[in-house]
Amino acid sequence: MKISMQEARDRIPQRDIILETTVRLMVPFIQLYGLYVIVHGHYSPGGGFQGGVVLGASVILLALAFGLPASKEYLTEGTDIIMANVGALIFTGIAALCALLGGMFLDYSVLTKILPIDPISWRSHGIFLVEVGVGMGVMTIMVSIYWDMASAGRLDEGL
Amino acid sequence: MKPLALLATLITGALLLYGTADFAAWGDPASPPNRNISVRYVEEAVKETHVPNIVTAVLGDYRGYDTMFELVVIYSAGMAVMGILRRREDQ
Repeated sequence: MKISMQEARDRIPQRDIILETTVRLMVPFIQLYGLYVIVHGHYSPGGGFQGGVVLGASVILLALAFGLPASKEYLTEGTDIIMANVGALIFTGIAALCALLGGMFLDYSVLTKILPIDPISWRSHGIFLVEVGVGMGVMTIMVSIYWDMASAGRLDEGL
Repeated sequence: MKPLALLATLITGALLLYGTADFAAWGDPASPPNRNISVRYVEEAVKETHVPNIVTAVLGDYRGYDTMFELVVIYSAGMAVMGILRRREDQ
């Protein structure tokens, strides 16, 4: 059965206190867990991609419970795009920096020329920096794709 | 067009399934993938990167180039969706 846009909007349930309270309580813990997955990627399953998806899911959950405009106040459109670009640039920038410093592309051990610590430790820290970039990129792109898909690109109503 | 698309999907799927017959036996220690580079990863990853999780060491260091372009793929997908779908109010 096909319904008009106005009818569809009338059918959207009004604010629900149980849903909103639950989401408000859950979101900080989801984000904390997302950060944990990113920074603990060296020691347990996880890393930038997984943690970024968890962080992005927390913003999508906000958009589902409070409406798309509310999630845009939480993470604005401009911040989202900037963070996506910064995330991609952190990874490619570190890779290029390694090459510019005279090492191989993505060989983090040459970063000892910037901060003189053990080259092997730099490999560990280089992986971490890169994972942070991956996390930022994945999180913001997830949110951005959800916004566009859910509101047909208008970023007004959402699902 | 739909029957053609179904036919193309079925043929491609059948070819891919046929290709899996040539895979090395799963878990076989003597198979080529297990004899070459992965032995070195298992033995040297912690010494060379100080990362106890070998998956992260391979993902972020040995295969960093691959991971970089994985991020670029996600980034391009997001920018493409944004470019195709996003509309301003006045447009």
